[in-house]
Amino acid sequence: MLRGRDIISVSDLSRQDFEEIFRMADEILEAPERWSSALRGRIMATAFFEPSTRTRLSFQTAMLRLGGEVIDLGEVEKSSIAKGENFSDTVRMLDSYADVIVIRHKLEGAAKLAAEIAEKPVINAGDGSRNHPTQAMIDLYTIRRLHGGVDGLTIGVLGDLKYGRATNSFIAALTKFRIGRLYLISPPQLRVRDDTRELLVEAGIDFKEVQRLEEVVGELDVLYASRIQRERFPDPSEYEMVRGSYVITGESLKGAKKNLTILHPLPRVNEISFEVDSTSHAKYFEQAALGVPVRMALLKLILVG
Amino acid sequence: MAEKPLLVAKIRDGTIIDHIPAGRALSILRLMGITGKEGFTVAIVMNVESRKLGRKDIIKVEGLELRPEDTDKIALLAPMATINVVKDYTVVEKRKAVPPKVVEGFLRCKNPNCITNQRNEPVKPRFITASYDPLKLVCDYCGLALTFDDIARQLESRP
Repeated sequence: MLRGRDIISVSDLSRQDFEEIFRMADEILEAPERWSSALRGRIMATAFFEPSTRTRLSFQTAMLRLGGEVIDLGEVEKSSIAKGENFSDTVRMLDSYADVIVIRHKLEGAAKLAAEIAEKPVINAGDGSRNHPTQAMIDLYTIRRLHGGVDGLTIGVLGDLKYGRATNSFIAALTKFRIGRLYLISPPQLRVRDDTRELLVEAGIDFKEVQRLEEVVGELDVLYASRIQRERFPDPSEYEMVRGSYVITGESLKGAKKNLTILHPLPRVNEISFEVDSTSHAKYFEQAALGVPVRMALLKLILVG
Repeated sequence: MAEKPLLVAKIRDGTIIDHIPAGRALSILRLMGITGKEGFTVAIVMNVESRKLGRKDIIKVEGLELRPEDTDKIALLAPMATINVVKDYTVVEKRKAVPPKVVEGFLRCKNPNCITNQRNEPVKPRFITASYDPLKLVCDYCGLALTFDDIARQLESRP
């Protein structure tokens, strides 16, 4: 049951919660017009303290498609925060105006604090470097649509596994399922954190950390790519050294399974070359499009069950 | 075998904290807020032999009954400690210093990007005990773990 709940971290969600959202998203995709007034009279507040394109717009689109209304905090520079209002007071205000609050913040734990302050449900649209639970829902839903399910698949996650909130949430979400094998593909500097490793061990996930995509590409059913940010490297020459190894090209996909799915939370900068876009592997735009029905499903389940 | 002579006389009524890791007694006294000016008779034994710990410290405080919050703090710095309550020269209660499940307020998260480290937000740091041995506390907001060394460093560096 998701009604009335806060969505802060993947760790708060069970497999059943994921399945409930997936079934709802299926129903919505089947007949979108049926749901066009499901949330009439409800208001969603979006408060993005950090830049976002897809997440903000897809949440807003989702609410509008359900017949609800949207209020938006707007650019932080133009709001009261610029006058020095703190986060907690801003949340209190949103709580009194809206029925559900969607928050993105650069600080870790901001969404959790918001959920403690607000009486209305809070949805974390990404905070800090760990949590982006609704992205993980979209990622798994995309895999489920393309492969019929998540269980049994061999999945590779490539890129920044240390600081990437999308990769961290994706990996955490995989522990709720019985995947076949997980490959963590990253330069040594950006390997998963110890607590993620512990989580995988606890969940009994068969995983292996490797440095090169080529070593494992032939085994993968799904490849989840993410951006390696230059600023994560103290020494720019180190970045230049590893950068090339984590760009997905036609060449690096030689030997891949025919039905390999490549996902990416987007935005991409140069980590997937454009030539890959036209291959049958490229599913990241489809994944981004599924952001709307998945977030519709979530909003509907949280607000009216 | 003859018993070793007691380094410190028995106390009549009060508290004995035993099995403190060697060298931590003074930090523990400070955490308990005992400066010496309160008038309690305090005995500190440091670096004595211990079967369990190799070396250990012991604190005896005449006339003091520990509050639960003191026990919590002691447990964080000396998770092996035993607290003996003495009445009329007899130990009437013996309990282990067990770190609390939830630690709120007096430790700080070491993640500079954690919301609890924002000066302008009304939020108290809160940690959940993820493991007792070795002691590990996880920030309830950002998920970052404090190890025993982190905790000891914070508690011992208090003014």
